[in-house]
Amino acid sequence: MSKDRVGIIGIGQSAFRSRRDDASYPELVREAVTIAMADAKLDFDAIEAIVYSLSPDAMIGIGNAERLGVDAVGGRRKRFLRINTGGSTGISSVAAAYYHVASGLCDVVLTAGADKVGECGDSQTVLNKIWDPSFERSLPLGTINMLAMSGVRYMQRYGMTEEDMARVTVKNRRHASLNPNAHLRKVVTIDDVMESRTISWPIKLLDCCPQSTGGAAMVLASEQYIRDNHLDAVWITGLAHRAETYWMGDRMGTNPTAEHADAYALRRSFEQSYKMAGITDPAKQVHVAELYAPFSNTEFHAIDAAGLCKPGESVPMLREGKFDLDGWIPVNPSGGTLCTNAIAVTAMARVAETALQVWGRAGAHQAKNVRVGIASGNGGDHQIFGTMVIEA
Amino acid sequence: MELLGRTETWNITYDHALGEIASYFYTQIRDNARIYGRRCAKTNHVLVPPRAFSDETLLPTTEWVEVGPGGTIQAFTMVYERFNNLPDPPYAFGYVLLDGADTALGGYFKGVDLSDPKKAAEQLAIGTRVMTKFAEKRTGDGLDFWFERA
Repeated sequence: MSKDRVGIIGIGQSAFRSRRDDASYPELVREAVTIAMADAKLDFDAIEAIVYSLSPDAMIGIGNAERLGVDAVGGRRKRFLRINTGGSTGISSVAAAYYHVASGLCDVVLTAGADKVGECGDSQTVLNKIWDPSFERSLPLGTINMLAMSGVRYMQRYGMTEEDMARVTVKNRRHASLNPNAHLRKVVTIDDVMESRTISWPIKLLDCCPQSTGGAAMVLASEQYIRDNHLDAVWITGLAHRAETYWMGDRMGTNPTAEHADAYALRRSFEQSYKMAGITDPAKQVHVAELYAPFSNTEFHAIDAAGLCKPGESVPMLREGKFDLDGWIPVNPSGGTLCTNAIAVTAMARVAETALQVWGRAGAHQAKNVRVGIASGNGGDHQIFGTMVIEA
Repeated sequence: MELLGRTETWNITYDHALGEIASYFYTQIRDNARIYGRRCAKTNHVLVPPRAFSDETLLPTTEWVEVGPGGTIQAFTMVYERFNNLPDPPYAFGYVLLDGADTALGGYFKGVDLSDPKKAAEQLAIGTRVMTKFAEKRTGDGLDFWFERA
């Protein structure tokens, strides 16, 4: 394996909102690219390849919208590739950009995308279609109720309560209130969450992520290029993707390999990322985490799977404030997916926010003394888990 | 300035072939009100819904095994929100480990008062025994059966 590292040299994010009636889809992508290129302080000619970050077409209602995106990312006459791994698309796109550089094929690669989920009136209708037509399509499955069922099993195994779930929302909203790019920035109380209407028990309205609109882009470069051009960078020192069984019912039953309450393949993915980065004790060596968790309960199994504590210990630790911005290991200092979910770039925002944290550039939601951060993205129903370790 | 929009609807019809395994599963439900899984000869695990191959061994499954009609609840949720193109709320559904099976099968839960989510959650707690019920008129579909507390 090459010893030459891959660095992040530019980051662009929209201020995410429910809708952006002032901008078409490609204009949103262009906006993110413009911010990222200005951040990288590079001429666009330096970009050798573009990885286009776009999750299911039906969410924005444009078939193969990477076609529309070619111009927005300046993709004419360059290597160009679209990535779609559902909710983990953004981190998968950063991984694909990484591989372009790590392979020695390119020195500088751009990854970019956008989403307009706020324009889709039927996002759960779209997501219902990820289930197999032979056996499961007759059920009203969606991402909310599949993770509600994960929550029900997590409650039984580890004693999580509805109030514990509410505490995740309260924490992340407090963090988001400090992040100008976050979508839901209003601070809420445990009572506010508990009194919000039940969507799919135990998940209530304020346990849910919003449907967000906005774009994100990142520029990655080889260590040699970064040195030669005297650029500022943070480094991707570990990365992995892991999958687990399609069948939700196989994550229950007599002796499941991958328990539906937990995030089995996310744990495996983190283990591989840590091994690559030389991290042997994440609870001691990781300083900050941006973990993909679109519903409050799922932040617990993500923290567990990241190895920051034993399974289920995340619940009392979160209660004690261990994952607050000024706590032991801040989790989702940006407010996370729970406060902003523009699906095509949500997992890219996890990488971008982790990079900003270890870079010391996160602004009002900057955590103190953080040099090693982790990011994750989840796609499908536990199928595609992407993870990264990012270091200053 | 005035900002304009455009409303678009996607309405696409697919005619999916279910394949031999799912076809046998649904014809048994339709004609005999029986639920079958497939056994992997190497692990002895009975997979429900039935699979042509085991994802553990990657070997073809070898045998049809009748499972249920009794079982235990493995996961549940009650949905109170209305979503376009999905059933009218409230409804409860989840996964049941049918007797003789090693993996859980999805289906609706009926016969539970859903007016109070907390009370309904107690009625559907993980481990609760249920029975599979079959519709009188069956069409060979996942909605031909559901689960009720035993």
